[in-house]
Amino acid sequence: MAAKTLTIDGQMVGAAEDQTILEAARDAGIHIPTLCHLEGVQDVGACRLCLVEVTGINKLLPACVTKVTEGWEVRTSSERLQRYRRMVLELLFAERNHVCAVCVANGHCELQNLAVSLGMDHVRFDYQHPRLDVDLSHRLFGMDHNRCVLCTRCVRTCWYIEGAGTLNVAGRGEKSKIITDLNAPWGDSTTCTSCGKCVMACPTGALFYRGVTVAEMERDRGHLEYIVTAREKKQWIV
Amino acid sequence: MVLEELVQIKEQELASRKKFTLRCCLAAGCVSSNAQAVKDALDRAVKEAGLEKEVEVRGVGCMRLCCEGPLVAVDPAEVLFEKVAPADCDALVATLKGVPSQLKRGDLTAPFFKHQLSIVLENCGLVDPDRIESYIAADGYLALRNVLREMTPQEVVQLVTRSGLRGRGGAGYPTGLKWATVAKTTSSRKFVICNADEGDPGAFMDRSVLESDPHRVIEGMIIAAYAVGADQGFIYVRAEYPLAIQRLQTAIRQAKQYGLLGSGVFESPFNFNIEIRIGAGAFVCGEETALMASIEGRRGQPRPRPPFPAESGLWGHPTLINNVETFANIPPIALKGAEWFAGIGTERSKGTKVFALAGKITNTGLIEVPMGTPLRTIVEEMGGGAPEGGQIKAVQTGGPSGGCIPASQLDTPVDYESLAKLGSIMGSGGMIVMDQTTNMVDVARFFMEFCMDESCGKCVPCRAGTVQMHHLLRKVMDRKATSRDLAKLEELCDMVKNTSLCGLGQTAPNPVLSTLRYFRNEYLELLQPAPKQPAAVAPATGIF
Repeated sequence: MAAKTLTIDGQMVGAAEDQTILEAARDAGIHIPTLCHLEGVQDVGACRLCLVEVTGINKLLPACVTKVTEGWEVRTSSERLQRYRRMVLELLFAERNHVCAVCVANGHCELQNLAVSLGMDHVRFDYQHPRLDVDLSHRLFGMDHNRCVLCTRCVRTCWYIEGAGTLNVAGRGEKSKIITDLNAPWGDSTTCTSCGKCVMACPTGALFYRGVTVAEMERDRGHLEYIVTAREKKQWIV
Repeated sequence: MVLEELVQIKEQELASRKKFTLRCCLAAGCVSSNAQAVKDALDRAVKEAGLEKEVEVRGVGCMRLCCEGPLVAVDPAEVLFEKVAPADCDALVATLKGVPSQLKRGDLTAPFFKHQLSIVLENCGLVDPDRIESYIAADGYLALRNVLREMTPQEVVQLVTRSGLRGRGGAGYPTGLKWATVAKTTSSRKFVICNADEGDPGAFMDRSVLESDPHRVIEGMIIAAYAVGADQGFIYVRAEYPLAIQRLQTAIRQAKQYGLLGSGVFESPFNFNIEIRIGAGAFVCGEETALMASIEGRRGQPRPRPPFPAESGLWGHPTLINNVETFANIPPIALKGAEWFAGIGTERSKGTKVFALAGKITNTGLIEVPMGTPLRTIVEEMGGGAPEGGQIKAVQTGGPSGGCIPASQLDTPVDYESLAKLGSIMGSGGMIVMDQTTNMVDVARFFMEFCMDESCGKCVPCRAGTVQMHHLLRKVMDRKATSRDLAKLEELCDMVKNTSLCGLGQTAPNPVLSTLRYFRNEYLELLQPAPKQPAAVAPATGIF
């Protein structure tokens, strides 16, 4: 396989010819922020965080889906790119109801981490405050549309890694929504294998394991009684 | 089908012509003002007057001046009757015998007709769109026969390249170059797609062509397929055009019956089939990658390019995708030559362009003019200016992707580069005229609302950015915005334009940018004074 040489942020980088800019940068230790990209699933170039500048090309190129070209000069973090990235995050935060303090993913959230690392410390746009549902019909998992960034990582994971094809996108524009089957409650899905891969793929707290969210903790008091009774009376409560 | 048969059909058709022909427009505009009843009444009136042997009543396509419909033209007298009602038909037929009438007559020498140069529309209003024989009588399918019998595919591509034809869908990509790219790919399967998903508000050019002369588009597609080596074609037409769909279906069936589609076109070794795919109402499906996803049965969403459709299109195969009007230009180029076509228009924009005139203008309808015609000629002379003594304030071209051109720039020639320089685009050909009563901020808001509703939701800048821009524009309209909001709006325009995935998002800010450029005062007049003391430290408005 032919190799390509290019510069990324002034650094000479060698890459295999079918590599993307994102992969070449990663191999060279250069970090490009991403959100909709997930190792192992097909890229869609939707979040626009990984846009980079290439000398001589007018348009910004998404690093995750753009193949390297010999001799390119790529810039991954110009002032302009950083400003656009912060705006992407501002738009995402304003779009739905992201309330970190009460979110299951607080401290483990890619959206939150991106805001911190890219310096998005406040949102200048008016919050949309949409009224959205939470689907708790599935036995093991929950889906909170308030926290969804529509990156479709779950959808692609469901189709291309699990092969179940349960998740999909319905509606368009701001009304886009992740659905299960043909917009039936998740718990009624006949195709979901309950594998949980979508939950692993989700960058935010939109998909979560049930039983570990705020106010969901239940104590098994009976267990203490079981032990004490067994010790003292040699009786094992069935 | 061979040449002799084609000539025979033409001669038979011409021989069956009667002394008079009454051409009654049956395209969507006139049909919506009751033209079908007019046609029926004409049939009856001719019968009752006992003139069946002398008069043919022919349902035809668009005769351009839609605002005066239903239209009936009389051959060979060269008279155009306007706003014909079914009750007028007896009087109309009587005029053939020399009986004077009070019916409203159009002036065919008026600038609206005089300045037109019909290439794409040359058969529109003349041929019966439901009869292939009518098209053949107008030398239809002769170009296809000549191409298949006398030219190699490479020669066809060279012909189109030499003609200088550029894509009529809006972006103006050189058609010959696109064909050459697809022709050069080596693939066992290739596809040709006709993009008939015309969705710009106020645009009805492609609709009229499909309803008036469907065979022309089909012939153009077959020639394209021969040139690039495709054996399957699709016409992607929106469901909102039921009449166009119906006429295309009829045309495809007739072309198959005559051996012009299917196996062995014109008894040559070349095979080509066309299927119709009907859009389900998403504007974004006019974007080529979304359109192809929709044909494949997937969600109609654009994907990043490259790979371009010419390299990897439908089901991964090389695909040629052109607009209705582009295909309609092909048969005359093949018949009359590239040099003839290249002699029309400007240095870099060749041929003619069809425009749909709408809005605050006296003559609404369809016009076809050479590239480079000044906007002023189109809207003031042909269009007759704003009605009721109004003043033209701006002309909007290119739909939600285009911009508003102020009246002060009306002397601009209409071609791809000149319009781009003004911050608008040629677009597919919708031309909406605005007069002094139009609020330009509201125009920008209208188009932003359109983009917001039609955004597919895939990429963040378009999905969420259009919502915020629309919100800010509404705030300006409600007189609640400050200069800071205006700055935010401009920043968003820049960001959405540069970061969106597809053309819809990349061009969504254009109506805002162009109105800000030429009508900034209208925005400023609506602004609230900014708070005197800006907070020293920006408070964290977020709750994340």
